[in-house]
Amino acid sequence: MWEQIRSNRIRSILLVVSMGILLLLLGYFFGLYFLGDAAAGIAIALIVWLVMNLIAYFQGDSILLSISGARKISAEDHPRLYNIVEEMKIASGLEKMPDIYIIDDPALNAFATGRSPDRAAVAVTSGLLQALNRDELQGVIGHEIAHIKNRDVLLMSMAGVMLGTVVILAWYATRVMFFSGMSGGRRDSRSGGGGQVQIIMLAVGLVLMILAPIAAQLLYFAVSRKREYLADASAALYTRYPEGLASALEKIAHSTRQLKTANNATAPMYTVNPFRHEGRAASDLTSTHPPISERIRILRAMSGASPADYERAYEKIKGRPGMIPRSALVNSGSIPLRAPSAAAGAVEDSAAQLSRTRDTSDLMWRLGNYRTITCDCGTRMRIPPGFRDRTVRCPHCGRVNHL
Amino acid sequence: MVALYIVLGIVALLLLIFIGTYNGLVGLRNQVKNAWAQIDVQLKRRYDLIPNLVETVKGYMQHERGTLEAVTQARNLAQQVASAGAAVRSKAEGELSSALSRLLAVVENYPELKANQNFLALQEELTSTENKISFSRQYYNDSVLKYNNKTQMFPSNIVAAMTGFKAGEFFEVTSPEEKATPKVKFS
Repeated sequence: MWEQIRSNRIRSILLVVSMGILLLLLGYFFGLYFLGDAAAGIAIALIVWLVMNLIAYFQGDSILLSISGARKISAEDHPRLYNIVEEMKIASGLEKMPDIYIIDDPALNAFATGRSPDRAAVAVTSGLLQALNRDELQGVIGHEIAHIKNRDVLLMSMAGVMLGTVVILAWYATRVMFFSGMSGGRRDSRSGGGGQVQIIMLAVGLVLMILAPIAAQLLYFAVSRKREYLADASAALYTRYPEGLASALEKIAHSTRQLKTANNATAPMYTVNPFRHEGRAASDLTSTHPPISERIRILRAMSGASPADYERAYEKIKGRPGMIPRSALVNSGSIPLRAPSAAAGAVEDSAAQLSRTRDTSDLMWRLGNYRTITCDCGTRMRIPPGFRDRTVRCPHCGRVNHL
Repeated sequence: MVALYIVLGIVALLLLIFIGTYNGLVGLRNQVKNAWAQIDVQLKRRYDLIPNLVETVKGYMQHERGTLEAVTQARNLAQQVASAGAAVRSKAEGELSSALSRLLAVVENYPELKANQNFLALQEELTSTENKISFSRQYYNDSVLKYNNKTQMFPSNIVAAMTGFKAGEFFEVTSPEEKATPKVKFS
């Protein structure tokens, strides 16, 4: 049942390794032209890659959380969110409870980070908390926990660093070429014997420098999309209720707001691509995420909750197998789905939505260090953090309240 | 001489396979144990929540004395058999679950109760604890399945039989009411 994670990981690692080969090739030609020594070029490529990797490994999660403006919450701040994360932690068999962060943003999104399952965090936007009911939020959190459990975060940051290195090297190489008029290359061809071979090598190097970033990007996208499908399948397995995630994705797809704080580097960490453009279907090759509509259709086509059920649904929608390898499916039969949870309700009434909105806004005020006091007449007042006075007058009834 | 080396090589290989399989079995058995401990934590949490819940709703529900008593009784019974095996326990816990869902169903008739902040917080805790119980049971059963497969399938079953690994017990839901969870809507 869980074996598919392992075999899928092998495929993802293959993709990352091909990115690595691309990086080495680039370093080789880089060295050949500008340093006159291929080994030096490879060394430079490796050093740049290593340094970036170390930064990503040790600082990646805190950098990501701080640029997205996420703030950590505890169980008391938002019991529902905390409980749902704990539920998914239990369902996935994760050993340590991940940290929970909130991003004050009306867009609907969530991401997971942390280099290992022991040092993980999930972050959700306040918009998401407000818009989704319990089952939907559970689906989204299940998807994020699956990223942690499947170690996608580490894989994707490794792939991301590799992509970054390739892009930096190629960028640098083209600049140098442009400014120096490729003097390095010419010097080489003059001293070398076989001019013909040199010219061919030069051409190959040129093409590589232009194509490497694009190829790396495509490989990166391929890894990312595979992990998204797998995380969807795992979320269905954990929650036994794929409709929760499907309906959450539907709500997210209908929302038109873009996340303020996402950029190209952080995009694959999110549940859905934060750079969706309205009215334009994301093209298949150049996207970090599969099209939402397709993910929804696959989830809705599932007749059970097991990875085998996901694979069948995938095959039905996409017309080709290949999400999860055959060998992993031998022992995994169908797992029955569960009914929607009682608290979520089939049809949502406005009262539930209103109370969710109120909960979320209370939380955001509290995180901003505002204090809430309730006057005897029932009026609620929010006191800003820098407020100096010891008393405040109620604007409704004129009573003086002591702080 | 060559034959001796081949025989030695085969013995070493068999030993390595034996060690690997044994360690795999131990790992799986520990996973089953951990999963069981997780169910335990959640069931205890439910025992702790119930007196609070009964205390909160008592004032509002004068006419539901029987329902409340059934919940308290089922809780005490479940707590008594807490150290018994999986089969006995799951029956008692199943009864507690159905008594609780009956209680939460009649809450529908008390709008003032549904406006009580204290009750709403308790309701979220209870809903989540029920979820956690079923998720930990789900994970436990998955772990037991994996462990049992390993103890029964060839060739790891040989190692399991030699070193005394016994098949694990599933935590099944035995109460018929729990299997068909009534669709309670308390939004």
